[in-house]
Amino acid sequence: MKYKTPIRPPKTATRFLRWFCHPDFVEDIEGDLEELFLERVSTRGKRYAGWFYLLDVLLLLRPSIIRTFFDLYPFTLKHQSKNSFHLSSVNMFTNYLKIGWRNLLRGKAYSLINITGLAVGMTVAILLGLWISDELAFNSYFKNDTHLAQVMLNQTQEGITYTGGTISVLVADPLRNQHGDSFKAVSLVSFTNSHLLAFGEKKLSGNGLWVEPDFPEMFTLSILHGSRDALRDPSTLLLSQSMATALFGDENPVNKTLRIDNDLDMTVGGVYEDLPHNTTFFSTKLLLPWANKANFGNRITTWKNHNARLFVQLADNKLIGQVNENVKGLPTPYIEEWKEEIMLYPMDRLHLYNEFENGKATGGKIQFVVLFGVIGGFVLLLACINFMNLSTARSEKRSREVGIRKTVGSGRKQLINQFLVESIMVAGIAMVLSILFAQLSLPFFNSLADKKIAIPWTGADFWAMILGFTMFSGLLSGCYPAFYLSSFRPVKVLKGSLRAGRHTIISRKVLVIIQFTVSITLIVGTLVIFRQIQFAKDRPAGYTRAGLISVFINTPEMRRHSEAIQHDLLQSGAVQNVALSSQSAAHFNNNTSIEWRGKDPGFVEFFRNVNVTPEFGKTIGWTIKEGRDFSGKFATDSGSVVLNETAIEMMGLENPLEETIKYREKDYQIVGIVKDMVTQSPFEPIEPTVFFMEGFVGVFTIRLQQNVPAGDALSRIGQIFKKYNPDAPFNYSYVDQAFDRKFSSEKHVGNLAGLFTMLAIFISLLGLIGLASFVAEQRTKEISIRKVLGASVLDVWKMLSTDFLILVGLSGLIAVPIAYYFLHGWLQQYEYRTEISWWIFALAGLGGLFLTLLTVSFQAIKAAVTDPVKSLRSA
Amino acid sequence: MNTYRLGEFEEIVLLTVAVLFDEAYGVALKKEIENHLGRKISVGAMQSALRRMEKKGYLKSRFGEPTRERGGKRKRYFTVTPYGKKALEYAKDVRLTLWKAIPNNAFDFGNT
Repeated sequence: MKYKTPIRPPKTATRFLRWFCHPDFVEDIEGDLEELFLERVSTRGKRYAGWFYLLDVLLLLRPSIIRTFFDLYPFTLKHQSKNSFHLSSVNMFTNYLKIGWRNLLRGKAYSLINITGLAVGMTVAILLGLWISDELAFNSYFKNDTHLAQVMLNQTQEGITYTGGTISVLVADPLRNQHGDSFKAVSLVSFTNSHLLAFGEKKLSGNGLWVEPDFPEMFTLSILHGSRDALRDPSTLLLSQSMATALFGDENPVNKTLRIDNDLDMTVGGVYEDLPHNTTFFSTKLLLPWANKANFGNRITTWKNHNARLFVQLADNKLIGQVNENVKGLPTPYIEEWKEEIMLYPMDRLHLYNEFENGKATGGKIQFVVLFGVIGGFVLLLACINFMNLSTARSEKRSREVGIRKTVGSGRKQLINQFLVESIMVAGIAMVLSILFAQLSLPFFNSLADKKIAIPWTGADFWAMILGFTMFSGLLSGCYPAFYLSSFRPVKVLKGSLRAGRHTIISRKVLVIIQFTVSITLIVGTLVIFRQIQFAKDRPAGYTRAGLISVFINTPEMRRHSEAIQHDLLQSGAVQNVALSSQSAAHFNNNTSIEWRGKDPGFVEFFRNVNVTPEFGKTIGWTIKEGRDFSGKFATDSGSVVLNETAIEMMGLENPLEETIKYREKDYQIVGIVKDMVTQSPFEPIEPTVFFMEGFVGVFTIRLQQNVPAGDALSRIGQIFKKYNPDAPFNYSYVDQAFDRKFSSEKHVGNLAGLFTMLAIFISLLGLIGLASFVAEQRTKEISIRKVLGASVLDVWKMLSTDFLILVGLSGLIAVPIAYYFLHGWLQQYEYRTEISWWIFALAGLGGLFLTLLTVSFQAIKAAVTDPVKSLRSA
Repeated sequence: MNTYRLGEFEEIVLLTVAVLFDEAYGVALKKEIENHLGRKISVGAMQSALRRMEKKGYLKSRFGEPTRERGGKRKRYFTVTPYGKKALEYAKDVRLTLWKAIPNNAFDFGNT
């Protein structure tokens, strides 16, 4: 044959064939394929032949043609001579498993420690893996999530930019009209409100959002009944599946009429599948049409009033950066006092990157994701260290086996493989257990972490993760023993002159130190997190939250009868005081700007503004520092205000009680100064607050009578509300509980950190038990001779425990700076923070030492009390 | 009892190896089989059958001399072993016995 240019089959396919094909067959099969290829080139052309070649190669992937699994193993590929190894590889592999299994059975106690430790470590890794993937998948339920964005607001004053998600409703229309080509859809979304739904006799309450008609399409709600377009009619609403089932059972709810908040009749336009827990709108049970007249949001139409959220879906061909440049200046011309710009923020980052500094995202929850990833990795590492330590410690027991194998002709690589196969086998057993543990502990884990995670049994990612963990921990924990054990010289071990060398003892010590450094650091971390929560909780509140309940006004009847309700409550004897206010005493939502004499025109500061009735101060128990409280006796008090200390300080007034402030073009006389109260974030400085005695009020704040049992008092209060508001259930909330929810994020982190710390300690101690019992066993003869010569049990106990105590003590010393560094950084994010005092380290260190002593002593005493005669004679 | 396990496709491959006698290597076998069956078969299916049968002992193989048109790679020639021949005979006998055991009117489709 003549070739002008030699035509060769596709190289990649050939290389692939050579990789997977059994080496005995590869030559002639490759030859056959090449022959066929050249023939096809001449009949059908090169491209056709190439494709067929590839197809033929792929079709050769059959059990009888590929190498065995073990041959694919990189060690053997590189180093073993081809012919001798492949024939026996399967047999060798089964032999490894068999020997490994026998070894497991022979040292049952060690195997138990190994497998339990690894299983616990892997359970932690699995749970954290699931947690992390759940967090990373936040909002991915929305199919367009990469094209969705929330419109955020950047408000700049004195060079500092504040970023928030609350926006003026007026931003929506220009986005739709002037920049229509950039957006596929735009929807205003209200904040979550609780609504009362009534269908016949059935009454339920659930969280609802007012949204614009494009919302269901944008967020790809999966509609079970009715239509995604239902919200175009301002008198129709959408229900979530759970709400629909609760109200209507199995009936189709479409076109049924519901009464909302006992005021508004609306038709059900459709039912959507409940949004998963890991989405921004997860608690939403009903979607109401924005255009409805009952929606407060569409009545407020100034640029300065920020009271809604705005979400957009970008047009398919638009990038968020470009669009941002075009629209960011939209609200700027309308506001003089401060600079205001908008910023599109991608929906898929909204949850994890939720903290901003000067208009740029600086992180947020993603820190927790990283933190827990690191903790999970460390806990798994601790379990692997146990495995390494115990295998090397017990190496002498297996040194004979290594010697014999080498003498009979085993190469070092084969021994390495053997130990790796064994450790992967142990890791595999541990993995099966850990999947079981994970499944069993998931409900508990979910309640600790406030999640709704389930094990995705059918998810390829999940099984890839499982396989990854098994291989990772198997190889990691196996590699050290594998290389160490396989390095034994057969002559030495068989003669019995081999003693574990100094370097193995040192490296074992180093590994123990690593374990306890991690454990002690975690203990310190957990202590500091809980201290910080407690510190913020103990912060002087300035008023008394306990025994205070709030009842929100949710029907017109309640508002109409508010005077009578207050009167009846006071008469009932269950109530000490009652007042009305615009917001619950657990949190003041609103803020505004006010004017006063001598105010620097460039100074902008938002004041929390709260409208109250005169009894409010008395009810919540605030302290007046100067001046007087509001009073119903003065007819002029509707023109009075009470400010808090921080506000007065910020305003720089010298004689505040002689001054007035201006709010919405009206002057108010300052009559009193109230001591600062912690009503906002417990970790932040007090915000300036101004209390008005007029304006809209929406919450009853009730102080329960102390000497009446709470259950009794609540039922009496409930009856009064039922009397005036018969169509709504009596819903109330404790102010102290509502306030405690501000700690939820810290608490969840603390709970998880606490749990994983305990598990880390457990694993480390498990390793200690193993090592201590090994040392005791190894030194049996020595101990016996010492005893014969007169050593007491105490002496032996001291001798065996000291070594370990020194190691743990060292770990404590190493852990101090590491823990201090990280926790100091963590605490910086809180304005109001606890100190890391020395006793936390002392406590963690002593705790570690105490647990070590307890663990080691058990083994030490057991060794110390054995009869020396027995152990000496047995040799 | 000594049974010979031989799949239908394996049987065809084995017979073809016998047909080609001294020239039974991959490509030739593939063409011959395709000729007889009237359909395309993949290299993978055929090679896998060959290796299985070699392992069972129905076939043995030897390398030929390297030639230029295959990029210097040797051909592997297969021949049927006596044991393979027995397997083929066994398969044939089973079939014949079965054919003979069919009642005369079993294939009489005219009346139904």
